[in-house]
Amino acid sequence: MQAAPSESTALATYSAEVRQLLFTYVVQLADTSLILGHRLSEWCGHGPILEQDLAMANIALDLLGETRSLYQYAAELEGKGRTEDDLAYLRSAVEYRHPLLVEQPNGDFAHTIVRQFLFDNFHYPFLQQLKSSPDERLAGIAEKAVKEAAYHLKWSSEWIIRLGDGTLESRQRVEKAIASLWRYAAELTTPTATEKALQEAGIIPDYAALQPAMVAHVARVLEEATLPTPPATTFGLAGGKEGRHSEHLGYILTELQYVQRAYPGLTW
Amino acid sequence: MNQAEWPLWEVFIRNKQGLDHKHVGSLHAADATMAIQNARDVYTRRLEGVSIWVVESTHIHASNPDDAEAFFDPAADKVYRHPTFYDVPDSIKHM
Amino acid sequence: METLEKPALTQEEQFQARIDADVRIEPKDWMPEAYRKTLIRQISQHAHSELVGMLPEGNWITRAPSLKRKSILLSKVQDEAGHGLYLYSAAETLGASRDQMLADLHSGKAKYSSIFNYPTLSWADMGCVGWLVDGAAILNQVPLCRTSYGPYARAMVRVCKEESFHQRQGFEVMQTLCEGAPAQKEMAQEALNRWWWPTLMMFGPKDSESPNTEQSMKWRIKRFTNDELRQKFVDMMVPQAEFLGLTVPDPALKWNEERKAYDFGEVNWEEFWQVVKGNGLCNADRLQARVQAHEEGAWVREAALAHAAKRKAREGVGA
Repeated sequence: MQAAPSESTALATYSAEVRQLLFTYVVQLADTSLILGHRLSEWCGHGPILEQDLAMANIALDLLGETRSLYQYAAELEGKGRTEDDLAYLRSAVEYRHPLLVEQPNGDFAHTIVRQFLFDNFHYPFLQQLKSSPDERLAGIAEKAVKEAAYHLKWSSEWIIRLGDGTLESRQRVEKAIASLWRYAAELTTPTATEKALQEAGIIPDYAALQPAMVAHVARVLEEATLPTPPATTFGLAGGKEGRHSEHLGYILTELQYVQRAYPGLTW
Repeated sequence: MNQAEWPLWEVFIRNKQGLDHKHVGSLHAADATMAIQNARDVYTRRLEGVSIWVVESTHIHASNPDDAEAFFDPAADKVYRHPTFYDVPDSIKHM
Repeated sequence: METLEKPALTQEEQFQARIDADVRIEPKDWMPEAYRKTLIRQISQHAHSELVGMLPEGNWITRAPSLKRKSILLSKVQDEAGHGLYLYSAAETLGASRDQMLADLHSGKAKYSSIFNYPTLSWADMGCVGWLVDGAAILNQVPLCRTSYGPYARAMVRVCKEESFHQRQGFEVMQTLCEGAPAQKEMAQEALNRWWWPTLMMFGPKDSESPNTEQSMKWRIKRFTNDELRQKFVDMMVPQAEFLGLTVPDPALKWNEERKAYDFGEVNWEEFWQVVKGNGLCNADRLQARVQAHEEGAWVREAALAHAAKRKAREGVGA
């Protein structure tokens, strides 16, 4: 984060250009927590044990709460009278800006845990930095979400350790999940043009600065899980943050938007 | 496939600073760390707590209900342990 | 002490005397074997209902029509998981293991509320489940907060406290639909048409065909009869349906001034028993979903135990 003392930036003081950039970016953050929350909520009623059903639902609820604050802010930034629900329910797949990782299917519990771990490992240090953004709204949202994310990271890290250093079967499953999902991780910290511009403006954290903590945490968890560190990604999959998605998103939106699309313009 | 169940843990929650931890129920967890987290997810979804204790149920030793009379009835007739047993003259303050 | 001079009561009589005096029974207290067994059956059946009850609503979480509704629905279904857990815990204090109770559910030996064997077909069903089904459940559950078995009563207090928002959110869903577009009102009416009768069945068979009621009332693990509760429910719900502008699908429904209660039509008992026996539309699907979740979770539960054992062994070495 920029060292400059954070002068509070009221919405009105942004130039039209920054405002547009911020809108795109805040929507990206909202999409990210929405889609991941959606995936997690698919577990509800189907978890491996009742206690973990509750845990996953809690995480999904946290993400959904974060989603709503972000869409509400995005709607204000845009200033065209759209609501949080217009943004969530009435955009097409190419307008969604979340990284590919979060739309990947739940798979088995190991897949879900690895996906969550990769995300939490970014989300938590990211929010820690975002807390001191000069943008008061983002800082406020981060302030609340960072406590939740700290818990999520603890939860997913412990499960990585349990599964890695559990039984032969759990180890094989978690290794398989790592092999399939690791290549999505790089997109989280690879800035898009929008992100670069906002980073340069000092409004959002520089992802490069997050890397050391992220790398160290992964190393610690994998070591405790007795899992090998996956080779550095040579070919990271990306594109979600710019609206190029995997096939999975279409199905997610079909479900997510079903009622709103079938009965346009109504209040629920 | 007859695997063992996760052990049962008893959960105690402190509602707010200054109060005792109170037994709220039980849950299953593979280890203590998980038991505390599960307790958080299960028993504090509505801001019910500021602190959690868990103890594996098998580690709790309880008094035997058959001993209840021998244990607890003897305290019943010791009214002199209670302040209201004593007459204090009205003119005496701060007692 | 005077009690010593009275003719000695049998253990069973002493037990009943405590219940009559509204003294709670606690886990380690002596209790008749039949009381213990009946309670395990009743509490676990209730727990299973919460668990299976997550499914019909759970299948709408991903389709909820607004972010607010989605958050509410998810937290409600999550509460049901919590309620299941409180109840399993209560049954475990009687010496039943959760694994065994689940095995009985999965094998079809244990029952759960038949209402969850009906499908949820439209968003209005989320309204009906909250408003009607939870409304019926609350009528059943509130008296159980004073039931004779301590852990059960305490679990029910917690459940009822959390449950109160469930019915309200259901009613709010219905109200929003009924005040909305004609298509929404139709959706609400159509859902009520499907859910009304199955909800009346939730109170169980008629008193004349409910042989266990008398003993259960004596033990205070049941505090009102099935028919009493059913009548109470109808009397409570009809004005609410009128408020919403919905028609209760019962041509025989009529206010009886003399009884100060509604007369209402006969439940289709043939359907009731068929669904109880497993022949409802969703019985097989619901059970299959539970069995699958449990089986697919086996390796996870096993891994966590294996890891805990390894860690313990390591800590033991270190100590």
